[in-house]
Amino acid sequence: MKNVTDAIIAKTNEVILGKEQQIKLALACILAKGHLLIEDLPGMGKTTLAHTLAQVLGLQFQRVQFTSDLLPADVLGVSVYDRNTANFKFHPGPVFTNVLLADEINRATPKTQSALLEVMEEAQVTIDAVTYTLPQPFFVIATQNPSSQIGTFALPESQLDRFLMRITLNYPDTASERKLLQSNGGREQLAKLSAVIDSKQLQALQAASHEVHVSDALLDYLQAILQHTRQSAHFNAGLSPRAGLSLKQCAQAWAMLAGRDHVIPEDIQAILPSVAGHRLVSNNTLTSNADNIAQLLKAVAV
Amino acid sequence: MATQKIPNKLEPSQQAIYWLLISLSITFTLYAFNLNNWVPASFAVFAIWRYLIEKNNWPYPRLWLRLPLTIAGGVAVLASYGSLFGRDASVALLAVMIAMKLLETRTKRDFIVMVILSYFLTVNILLFTQAIWVCLAILLALFSLTACLISASYQNASNQKASNQKASYQNASYQNISLQNKQALNHTQAWKVQAKLAGKLLLQALPIMLVLFVLFPRIPGPIWGIPQDAYSGMTGLSDSMEPGNINQLSLSSKVAFRAEFKSTIPANHQLYWRGPVLWHQEGRRWTMTSNNINLPTETLETAGVATDYTITLEPHNRNWLLMLDLPKVPSTDSLPDEAAIKHDMQVLSKLPIRTRIRYEGHSFLQYTLGATLSDYERTLALQLIDDENPKTRQLATKWVNEQKSPVDIIQAALSMFRNQPFVYTLSPPLLGSEPVDDFLFNTKRGFCEHYASSFVYLMRAAGVPARIVTGYQGGEINPSGNYLIVRQSDAHAWAEVWLQDKGWTRVDPTSAVSPSRIESGIAAALLDSDLLPLLSRQDYPMLKKLTLNWDAVNNGWNQWVLGYDQNTQLALLKKILHKDIAWEDIGLILVSTMIALMLLVSYFLLRNNAAALDPVKKAYQQFLKKLSKAGVNKLAHEGAVGFGERAAKALPDQSIEIQEISALYSSIQYAKHEIINANKTAAHCKIAAHNNHKLNLLKQLVKKLKLK
Repeated sequence: MKNVTDAIIAKTNEVILGKEQQIKLALACILAKGHLLIEDLPGMGKTTLAHTLAQVLGLQFQRVQFTSDLLPADVLGVSVYDRNTANFKFHPGPVFTNVLLADEINRATPKTQSALLEVMEEAQVTIDAVTYTLPQPFFVIATQNPSSQIGTFALPESQLDRFLMRITLNYPDTASERKLLQSNGGREQLAKLSAVIDSKQLQALQAASHEVHVSDALLDYLQAILQHTRQSAHFNAGLSPRAGLSLKQCAQAWAMLAGRDHVIPEDIQAILPSVAGHRLVSNNTLTSNADNIAQLLKAVAV
Repeated sequence: MATQKIPNKLEPSQQAIYWLLISLSITFTLYAFNLNNWVPASFAVFAIWRYLIEKNNWPYPRLWLRLPLTIAGGVAVLASYGSLFGRDASVALLAVMIAMKLLETRTKRDFIVMVILSYFLTVNILLFTQAIWVCLAILLALFSLTACLISASYQNASNQKASNQKASYQNASYQNISLQNKQALNHTQAWKVQAKLAGKLLLQALPIMLVLFVLFPRIPGPIWGIPQDAYSGMTGLSDSMEPGNINQLSLSSKVAFRAEFKSTIPANHQLYWRGPVLWHQEGRRWTMTSNNINLPTETLETAGVATDYTITLEPHNRNWLLMLDLPKVPSTDSLPDEAAIKHDMQVLSKLPIRTRIRYEGHSFLQYTLGATLSDYERTLALQLIDDENPKTRQLATKWVNEQKSPVDIIQAALSMFRNQPFVYTLSPPLLGSEPVDDFLFNTKRGFCEHYASSFVYLMRAAGVPARIVTGYQGGEINPSGNYLIVRQSDAHAWAEVWLQDKGWTRVDPTSAVSPSRIESGIAAALLDSDLLPLLSRQDYPMLKKLTLNWDAVNNGWNQWVLGYDQNTQLALLKKILHKDIAWEDIGLILVSTMIALMLLVSYFLLRNNAAALDPVKKAYQQFLKKLSKAGVNKLAHEGAVGFGERAAKALPDQSIEIQEISALYSSIQYAKHEIINANKTAAHCKIAAHNNHKLNLLKQLVKKLKLK
């Protein structure tokens, strides 16, 4: 199992240079059957990462560029009157795929955003009283620009909660950047990238990640963390039970990527910033959320 | 379903009532020996009733039934004890009310009230008896009560069970079965868990109990005032003697006293334990001199080496302290209870002996007592009621007329006993109106008091001053403990005659009749030994050995537990602290010891409680300690593996070992090693063994790890 995941990571690494940690996090998110939100400035390789992952995992891939005039029907699909059959015929939207890349999700209006987020939750689309099931596996990789940029509709907390993880890519280190500059950019390689696994194997991996053992001692630690966020003065509100469940699932996937059959506290610590970062609202506007989470980890004894 | 008892929200688990019934059964069995029989009997009725309520879901009795029952209980106690106060009556009242309270014990609060009352009732048994087996039974009862208290607090779990049960009625049958199985499992587990916890709690109370026992200030004498009637059952020597007194005493195997000798135990024929000295004859009755007689103490010259011993005297509700013939008392200070020595060498305490006491004795086996005889004493020692026993007087006069010396007269009397067919027996025939004549010339069958009294009568009739001494003769050596047990069956009577130049000389006419009585004890001397109590007989050596061992245990219990009084306490404290302690300071010592004990307990509780319990964490703590000495400290939020990596970097020489230990600890802590399944399968055992193996490996690795 570790060989497979290592191969996936290595292959992705060839395209996205020097971002092994983020690649692993993204993969863990997918193995935990969650949706991924990548937040960064334009041009950091968000789209490339999403595209590469879909390719490597052998999944069907669709991309929607969100804009302020994008309508829900543009994402979900629309029923059109067919003159030949004298009937309404459903034209499935780009959402009918394995991987949907929702580019710059915060540029779309809340109406479109929430249409997508409903699909994310239920993995099905209901139009004109007919329910269409999405193919499995299905997950959304959304990218967004930092909300302070002009022309964005920030996702509210309730909708951020739908994403299992939020990661940032950041600038590459000098060596990776040099390598990138020497090549013609990732896009070229992307075209000739072959799949490492197929969707069936991915589902097997997801099932295996669910089986990773979580001991009572670890749950003690996890609950201590949850408790701390709820009691701490640093946060506006503590982590929800769903967030706790997400933490557990991600830690399981992370442990599997490390080739372990059980979760250890280090796994929780590794995924906590990505899983809890977008769910916790800091009371203190002066310290960054990342700092708060680092503080949180320091405050809870293993 | 409608008649079914609906599980009450406040009702404790089912075990609680059973624990309570077990405990009370023990307690009431013990009370069966001490209270009127109807009290334990009424408990049996109510207990069975309550049991049936629990088992068959009978309704609890209503108020119109409970109220008259309560009044009837009170009236019954009043009727049978004549009062509601005093030890017996008040304990009986408490016992009856507790027995009836069973019928309304259903909620948690009821149980707590019952348990507290029952603790009190159980401990009250000690007011009646303090034997070891009673204390053991009390411990058992207290254990059950504690378990009851625990299971009464388990109510939440039971409610869940009750709701399970409800659900299972409605569910499909297969589910029903599996649920019931689970419940059965839960029940046995619950018993075990509760019993275990109760035992643990009692064990934890042990140190506190010991400290309180050793240090609680003692008041001389019993703390509670027990009415006089409590002593009516005590047996022992009497201040007067009639033929038949002592042979009745001989039927009792009760221990009179125990004696420990500092040196070797003297031979059996030297063991004359001096009790009441009888001077005054009146018919067949012999009595002591009056306490107001104020005669000077007889002079005593001793020879040879003194014999020192310690006597633990059982309470006998009389004043005399038994001493080995013949005690020399340097000063009365050395005697307990403000005892005094009488002119005829009896040691008498001021108050009747009602608690077990220990005292030291200092005796000489060779002595000359009362070298000169005052006229008053001579009159007393020759006193006889006139016109009785003509045949005996005739015989005495005959001897006097033959010009015999007192020594010859004694010899003549003893040879009469020896040569004529006199028999030593526990069942002598009744004597007629002239008892001495009847015995000497007719029945010739008697026990020691017959011989002693007729001998003294003969002597006095012949003009030789004489008196009867009663007490005990001999005793049984207990090899486990090396002390002497003297029982009531060793009671004896002998004579003392006064001879010119020799003073009071002991003459034991019984030894003339039955030398073996004096040489080897009563059992050997009697032909009809079947009449003796079982313990004084010589058959059944196994039984004998067992009882002797048991007596040794009992002796230790008496000495160290029951006999632990103010003096022993002060002596013990002096030994420990090397300092004289005033009894007023004992309270202070008690309080400071308790505080120290509590501090110790809280230290252990606060000091990394979990680590102290879990061997895995303990081993890991050792590992952390070693690293900490080497300068690498684990931060609280660090995981074992992460810390291991950091430590390995800091201490590159041992990096492999450190990482190995960290990984092993992490895997023991977090890896899957338990099958979540109640029944223990082979696989489960295998995994448990694997875990043990891992733990041992961890311990070894930590032990081997050496850091600079």
